[in-house]
Amino acid sequence: MSEDEELPDLGGGSTRSSNSTAVSGGGGDHNYVSPSPDQVLENVLENVLCFLTSRRDRNAASLVCKSWYRAEALTRSELFIGNCYSVSPRRVTNRFRLVKAIAIKGKPRFSDFSLLPPDWGAHFGPWLSAMSRSYRALEKLYLKRMSVTDDDLSFAAQSFPILKELVMVCCEGFGTGGLAIVASGCREIRVLELMDSDVGDDEADWISCFPDNVTCLESFVFDCVEAPINFEALERLVARSPSLKKLRLNCYISIGQLYRLMIRAPQLTHLGTGSFSPLEIVAQGEQELNYFSAFAACKSLICLSGFREIIPDYLSAIYPVCGNLTSLNLSYANINAEQLKPVICLCHKLQTFWVLDSVSDEGLQAVSAACKDLRELRVFPVQALEDAEGPVSEVGLLAISEGCRKLQSILYFCQRMTNAAVVAMSKNCLDLVVFRLCIMGRHRPDHITGEPMDEGFGAIVKNCKKLTRLAVSGLLTDRAFSYIGQYGKLLRTLSVAFAGNTDLGLKYLLEGCPKLQKLEIRDSPFGDSALFAGLHHYYNMRFLWMSSCKVTRQGCEEIARQLPGLVVEVITRDREENETSEYVDTLYMYRSLDGPRADAPRLMVRPSLMICGKHCTSTECRFSIARSLDFTLSVWVPCISR
Amino acid sequence: MKGYSRKDEGCPRLLDLIPKEKERLTKSAEEKKTRHGSSEEKQLELRLGPPNGDWTIKNKNISREKDHESLLPFGYFSPWSSSSGTTPFLQAHGQLKESSQPNPAKTAVPNSSSSSSSAQKRTAPTPVVGWPPIRSFRKNLANGSSSKPISELQNAVGSKISSEKPIENSPKSLLVKINMDGVPIGRKVDLKEHDSYEKLSFAVDELFRGLLAAQSNFSAVGIKNDEDGGKAITGLLDGSGEYTLVYEDNEGDRLLIGDVPWHMFVSSVKRLRVLKSSELPTLSRGRKHGKLSLDTSPK
Repeated sequence: MSEDEELPDLGGGSTRSSNSTAVSGGGGDHNYVSPSPDQVLENVLENVLCFLTSRRDRNAASLVCKSWYRAEALTRSELFIGNCYSVSPRRVTNRFRLVKAIAIKGKPRFSDFSLLPPDWGAHFGPWLSAMSRSYRALEKLYLKRMSVTDDDLSFAAQSFPILKELVMVCCEGFGTGGLAIVASGCREIRVLELMDSDVGDDEADWISCFPDNVTCLESFVFDCVEAPINFEALERLVARSPSLKKLRLNCYISIGQLYRLMIRAPQLTHLGTGSFSPLEIVAQGEQELNYFSAFAACKSLICLSGFREIIPDYLSAIYPVCGNLTSLNLSYANINAEQLKPVICLCHKLQTFWVLDSVSDEGLQAVSAACKDLRELRVFPVQALEDAEGPVSEVGLLAISEGCRKLQSILYFCQRMTNAAVVAMSKNCLDLVVFRLCIMGRHRPDHITGEPMDEGFGAIVKNCKKLTRLAVSGLLTDRAFSYIGQYGKLLRTLSVAFAGNTDLGLKYLLEGCPKLQKLEIRDSPFGDSALFAGLHHYYNMRFLWMSSCKVTRQGCEEIARQLPGLVVEVITRDREENETSEYVDTLYMYRSLDGPRADAPRLMVRPSLMICGKHCTSTECRFSIARSLDFTLSVWVPCISR
Repeated sequence: MKGYSRKDEGCPRLLDLIPKEKERLTKSAEEKKTRHGSSEEKQLELRLGPPNGDWTIKNKNISREKDHESLLPFGYFSPWSSSSGTTPFLQAHGQLKESSQPNPAKTAVPNSSSSSSSAQKRTAPTPVVGWPPIRSFRKNLANGSSSKPISELQNAVGSKISSEKPIENSPKSLLVKINMDGVPIGRKVDLKEHDSYEKLSFAVDELFRGLLAAQSNFSAVGIKNDEDGGKAITGLLDGSGEYTLVYEDNEGDRLLIGDVPWHMFVSSVKRLRVLKSSELPTLSRGRKHGKLSLDTSPK
């Protein structure tokens, strides 16, 4: 369900049944009556709407009239909730009755970087409660940045007996104990994927909990699970999963164990290789397993990842599959250019490539020469420091732009960059949809000219006409933002850090980018005046995040007052007696149909302390939620007394 | 400060204030540099704006509200220069700082002290929370092997670290992990909430009765909608029930509950387990200082 929906909830108001009984003859005390044109239309509509899959199309259809709204609500089977707090679970289950697949996203992205308290929220529990009553036939569950407990997983396994797909991305709060329940309880599971999630080690042998018979597993991804697993059980599981196509192992799987799995599953298309190193170093003269032949036997392999603790010597084992690979993820493999080259020169079909900057500019030049079909590139730093000696620079970026003309998405971490290289990319890679450049040193200018990076990013928004996602970095003045506001007409997601000079920067964005949905800003000097410049637009956005900016509490309150449909969450950290700040630490605001949430973190200070302006001497994090209108009374969530 | 062209600044009112800014900055530079406190903010901060921080002079809606807070321009507050805190959130800052290997005395990045109005650093860049924006599991790749990080940042409250340590140890609570044979999901129990073994035994029954019932549902064919809460778990302390409560102490030994006075137990317990009575070996008393050692193999 899109958050665009602003029609009132119509639950139960209809007098017209969707399955009209007047069509067929002989119903009770009715004489046969020709169905009215409206009823026919509604029947036809429902049958037609079944074919409408895009949620944006469905949203549009639902706005035509009440009849269409009802028909659409009854036939939508896939839900997308972009912000779990934008709407209450009850409202969703009241409107949509026939849901088979649901995707729910929780925390804002900056929570990945420790910018939110751990108890902040995004609990799956309330959604689960509502869904367990209304969506018992649920087949697919996708969660991103949600807090999920073991009990949630247990309850989900009980509530959705025919659950086929469970995908959790960047989730936390559960452990291998919960996974054990899923494995044993979800008998129809085909897809079980855990990605970038924080999974606790409960010492549960969860792999053994899968049922003993042949499984229907098609995709099994657990590379983020940082806990040892029962390998023999895994081997048996793979052996009795003939439909398995995707298997991503965690770093506790050695290369020898990988071999055993691969020879049991040569039909794999996606493989995450685990540690890619042996348990013990093979002694001289001892027979090494023929990993090369194991890869050669996997003729369908198109996606490789893993290499969590790679011994680079073993990399040559993947040569047989390189020619078929469309996706290669070496972003955990600390290898240099010389080690990369023999592999990458074989990967002429590669479309997605993730790598560490250890391969240096030279490695990227090799990529540029070999991978003419590249669509997505991500270059991660080995050392995530601000002042390290970066092995990649504008040289690598330029090479990629010249060799990989079909590039659509790039994420590039570096220590130094030039406007010229970014401008070149803007002209060479006209298909760019996602451009994320992270110059790790804050406020760092073009390292050759000393100029701000304004012109480079300006060229990107100007020349890349398909651009929808942008992340900026380096030294940036308000001019950069004026470019973005002027040219970034399709921009939906923008990330800003340590940039800009004055409120004008943010004003340019809010006034210039009509499609802006997600705006996340940190450590930039934008204040209340800039905040007010977006009043016309905030209802169209999924969220606005501003941390360590110059927004005051009064500014936040004013926004809340003027826009009652927004929830304005403000985090102000406590300070010592002699420290004061007129600025809030974090502002996170989003539209919501159901007002402020009731599950704010338990670390809550009595509201009177906030309102009268005294500073609390406790060192706990204060959390407050502002609400519109009736604001002196209800603005702060009634305290949970401590 | 490097003076790159400031012609794009815009509002003349703000430019007029720049000399005052410089004045304030020089003054604060002479102040002693402290780890905490307001002088740190003054040093690091270069703002453009009126001294009282009121950006919205023109907006009369704002001026309606009384500003309770101090009018001193302390600017905003970078997360990393916070006072020491004991909350998980603030702990996370500290830990993140450690893990991102703060750079020692190198001089600041050239031009980083240019006149952008965000926080300035005069010397080596102190690590900032969440910057560079890399998720924790992608860090520490420098040795050619990824560490297996225990992500403390999100788990600081209610941790699931698999060491044999109590999870939270504050004066008000003593949470220890407790697992039951045959039940994958573990629990935590706060020993400070109980003052006797009997109460602990009741708590264990409460914690696991429902889970045990759910487990038996799964082992049957199909999932039953069983409203029954399950049967009570009794006889934990004396060996008479189907299950027996044991604990692991700070030396890693597994011991039967109940032999020592409660307060001694609380001070030495690290973790609890509920084992099937049938699987306990024959007990012999009086070996280690009156304690029993159980040599059950972990399930």
